[in-house]
Amino acid sequence: MRINLTSVLVDDQAKALRFYTEVLGFLKKTEVPLGEHRWLTVVSPEDPDGVELVLEPDEHPAVRPFKLALLADGIPFTSFAVTDVLAETQRLQALGVTFTQEPAQMGPFTTAVLDDTCGNLIQITSM
Amino acid sequence: MIASASVRTCSAPDGRSVLGRLHAQSGRQLLGCDAMPVPLSGKHVLAYGEAVGDVFKALADPTRRALLDELLDRDGQTLFELCARLATRHGLGSTRQAVSQHLDVLEDAGLITTRRQGRYKFHTMNTAPLYVIVDRWLTSHKED
Repeated sequence: MRINLTSVLVDDQAKALRFYTEVLGFLKKTEVPLGEHRWLTVVSPEDPDGVELVLEPDEHPAVRPFKLALLADGIPFTSFAVTDVLAETQRLQALGVTFTQEPAQMGPFTTAVLDDTCGNLIQITSM
Repeated sequence: MIASASVRTCSAPDGRSVLGRLHAQSGRQLLGCDAMPVPLSGKHVLAYGEAVGDVFKALADPTRRALLDELLDRDGQTLFELCARLATRHGLGSTRQAVSQHLDVLEDAGLITTRRQGRYKFHTMNTAPLYVIVDRWLTSHKED
């Protein structure tokens, strides 16, 4: 058994695809029409055959209150690894990305938290 | 004695003194509290007219002092960042609910304020209640 997928719950798949590819820099891996929505995944260009991130619609009524509660407390939904959090934060801020936590040393890690514009906070981490 | 005792009251676990550092910062407004011998327990009213809780009670807890230290390091933090800082920098594995309750006590004492920005909530340090302590036991006795 291995982990091949993980997902973020997004409020708009088209907007999410733009943000996760054009801003964060991931690559679209699969796109399959499924009724109103799509099976839509992205991968890291550093690991194109690795774990796929599913951009999954958040339309279930339980999801929105959950996402809003996480947002209010600044809690990231998931975390991605980067080589250099400071440099990545500067690059993303130049592209207009909002950070709810500027880079900070947290034990052995440097972390920062950004808003994915689709209702989630995402942590970026480097050792 | 009183001065050193009150500074010690505000020391962080690592020995840094919140009050000492604040007192050293110049140019801060003193809230116009020079004419006010304010009782420092129970609810009292600061110059800005808000009833606040017990400042000493708020400062008596090491986790709450650590929270103020971290807000002094960077003001305007989410609950998540404060929890992460307590865990990684102070070895304090308090639950999110416990940290949230500590923040409520600090807010009740007027030592922090919260601000909603869009869907996020940020915590900001408010040093005003500390100047009441400084003024009562340090400033007003300088000439003695």
